[in-house]
Amino acid sequence: MDLFAALALQIIYGIANLVLISIGLAVIFGMMRVINLAHGEFLMLGGYTVIVSTNSGVNIWVAMLILAPLVVGLIGLIVEWVLIRFLYGRMVDTLLATWGLSLLFIGLITTIFGAQTATTISPPFGAISIGEFSSSGYEVFLIFVAIILVLLVYLLLRYTKLGLVARGTMQAADMAAALGISTQRVYSMTFGIGSALSGLAGGLLAPITGVLPTIGAIYIGKAFITVISGGTAILAGTASASILLGGVNGIVSFIIGPTMGEVALLLLAIVLLRLMPQGITGRFFKRSL
Amino acid sequence: MRSEVVLETRGLSMHFGGVVAVDRVDFSLRENELRCLIGPNGAGKSTFFKCLTAQLSPTAGEVVIRDFNVTGSEPHQVARMGVGIKTQVPNVFDGLDVEENIWLSASQSASIKRARVITSEVIERLQLGDVRKVQLGSLAHGQRQQVELGMVLAGEPWLVILDEPTAGMTPDEVIRTADIIQEINKSATMIIVEHDMQFIRMIARRVTVFHQGQILIEGGMDEVSSDDKVREIYLGQRKVQ
Amino acid sequence: MKRSRDTNALISIGIVGLIILFGAPQTLDLFEIISLTTAVSLAILALSLGLIWGFGGILCFGQTAFFGIGAYAYAIAALNFGGSTSAIVLAILVAAAAAAILGYFMFYGRLSDVYLAVITLTVTLILYSVIRRTSGPEYKIGIAKLGGFNGINVPPINYPWDANQFLFPEQVFYVAMVSLLGAYFLCVWLTKSHFGRVCISIRENEIRSELLGYDIRLYKLGMFTVGGAIAGLAGVMFANSIGRITPDVYNLYNAALAIIWVIIGGRGTLIGPILGALVLFYLTSFLGRQAVVNINFFLGLVLIIFVLVVPKGIVPSLVQLWDRRRSRRMTARSAKRIRRRGRSRFKEATFEE
Repeated sequence: MDLFAALALQIIYGIANLVLISIGLAVIFGMMRVINLAHGEFLMLGGYTVIVSTNSGVNIWVAMLILAPLVVGLIGLIVEWVLIRFLYGRMVDTLLATWGLSLLFIGLITTIFGAQTATTISPPFGAISIGEFSSSGYEVFLIFVAIILVLLVYLLLRYTKLGLVARGTMQAADMAAALGISTQRVYSMTFGIGSALSGLAGGLLAPITGVLPTIGAIYIGKAFITVISGGTAILAGTASASILLGGVNGIVSFIIGPTMGEVALLLLAIVLLRLMPQGITGRFFKRSL
Repeated sequence: MRSEVVLETRGLSMHFGGVVAVDRVDFSLRENELRCLIGPNGAGKSTFFKCLTAQLSPTAGEVVIRDFNVTGSEPHQVARMGVGIKTQVPNVFDGLDVEENIWLSASQSASIKRARVITSEVIERLQLGDVRKVQLGSLAHGQRQQVELGMVLAGEPWLVILDEPTAGMTPDEVIRTADIIQEINKSATMIIVEHDMQFIRMIARRVTVFHQGQILIEGGMDEVSSDDKVREIYLGQRKVQ
Repeated sequence: MKRSRDTNALISIGIVGLIILFGAPQTLDLFEIISLTTAVSLAILALSLGLIWGFGGILCFGQTAFFGIGAYAYAIAALNFGGSTSAIVLAILVAAAAAAILGYFMFYGRLSDVYLAVITLTVTLILYSVIRRTSGPEYKIGIAKLGGFNGINVPPINYPWDANQFLFPEQVFYVAMVSLLGAYFLCVWLTKSHFGRVCISIRENEIRSELLGYDIRLYKLGMFTVGGAIAGLAGVMFANSIGRITPDVYNLYNAALAIIWVIIGGRGTLIGPILGALVLFYLTSFLGRQAVVNINFFLGLVLIIFVLVVPKGIVPSLVQLWDRRRSRRMTARSAKRIRRRGRSRFKEATFEE
């Protein structure tokens, strides 16, 4: 029974992890159809922000919940202003340019901080015990954060003016423009918010994964698979894909090992895309957020 | 002796979400017919066209070509049956020259040697000799349509389905196209979706009028153009020629 | 006129290739020859991506996957068979098979190019992270241990079917260079064949290709498989030039490099990516040696600049410039000729009256 609970916790954490690393990308992709290959680096920058500021004396919660999203959100706004806006509609060129951006960030951070970790920090909350198994209390915390984040984005999209404007632009940009909405402004804000979410996630994960300039590579594959398998509905897509892929990953990892778990995740995603090329929300939950 | 039915749809429907573009259409076409599909914008002609050519998979109903049920098949499978297709928006290879465009069509079904022969013949027939080596992207719209027609011909099809073949053509090109179509009809069965009433008058024998996803009336050109309901739906649709 | 220009270019390339093939071992020292062999194997990888992207319209961000599979398959097979000849063949076949399987799922699922790019990237990244974790002795195929992040020592190539006679580095270079030339001319032939021309048409307009009766899924699969096989060949050559194969072949940096070679060299050509790979190989080695700014920064910058400013790449842009200069010269010359002819005809006409 305890084993089951501990295992369930692991799997749920795996799902929450996918949600965290994907939600920023999902917002940008769902709203603007832009695939940002520098997404992993946004997570990495969030991690560095937390570690550098914490080591300089800033309170860890301030660093993770305020500084990281702010810094990376700002970087996102600059990136959108300087690069992304010239490439709207050119999906392949956006992919390539953001890949260049990703390399640029990696190079920049490596030059400034060196290729090794800029000292890790230990996760707040100690271990919690479930019977004879101990799990990380921080992981439980992250599960709650993931849920709250999804809720916040939902509330933002559904009940605020910004959310309404954003959804309108997403569904019919020309119409929104005809109604006087500056689509450029909406895209900028969307990219900024998506980046901020990524920075937040990266910062929150920093105590667990540590930071390296190249850590983005680990995130990018999984985040993309999740977003693309999910389809264009931001929340329903991310949630459903995370549950499916994270669940399978967790189960296979438990039975065989973490390596095979990753492979299983990829194979499942390929099969899913073969069956549902528009993602899960291309077929089910079509008109959800 | 009536010629056999070569293409048939039974209860064909196409829904896009809540919109019913094609509504339970029963359609049949006999060998060597030249059928024109007309109707106001949004009547469902082009959607019907896409269902026939397997570019869309119908929501309900069947498409049967020469006794083969082709409903929901891949687009290339219909084309391989010997069906020549020209889409509403010209779909050609803009980065390649005229000769290559036509050769690609010819070489799909014929041997390499024969394909070269067919290509030359088609180019001559459509008077495209001057622009043989010109990239399609550089040609005027009307000429691109001509090339696309040539691509259709190069496949030596027995069934030809054209969607607005004269859009953007000069009056001379329209007349030439009408002649070519009459010639094609001698050996092939044809369906033509069109807007241009003058063009239709030049070539039409039997006309099917679409309205709101259904077939309103079918008959000869005179019969159809004197029908009250047809006049009503076309009111205000007069094209400035 | 254009056809002879193309033939001239091919002949020139062949001649230059032969010069390098026979000239390099005479003029370069051992270390430089080994370096060049590595560069040549990367050029083969660039060629494979240039083929499927430039002529097939297939955007594959993970071509390194088949490169690495070829390298690893060679090493594992050579260790198990005790000889290299059949190992080379097997490695290429394994890489091709991997491409065929992945290709089946992607093309028959009619994935758009953006999804294709990301999925292929993910495949190479997953290979990277999975193989890295195979350090334990239990991870082996036959007698070959996968070795995790330390990788496998690659047994050197031997003379065909004579496992005791190993090839010297210069001879390995010959094999690599011949492979490059062979692969290049094979690709040239392929793009001019009916199959190749259909693939090009698919790249131009998928709908029209389908409406002509071509099964585009099959053609893309074929092209992708050939690309995978050539990448596998590149991997085999690479393994032999480096001597040790590690999971780094699959990593993000190398995957990006492959794309950068093609973008810089020229997307619509076959020679462009080859030159791009060769130039960048030496450039990155040089830049890598100065430790001030990390090389990723420069690569990223280069990629961004090329995407924004020189999207066609260097070779096509140069060709375009050359054509424009030639046509300007020609127009001036022909204008003179036409004027002279017109004058003489005018004279004839007036005398006749």
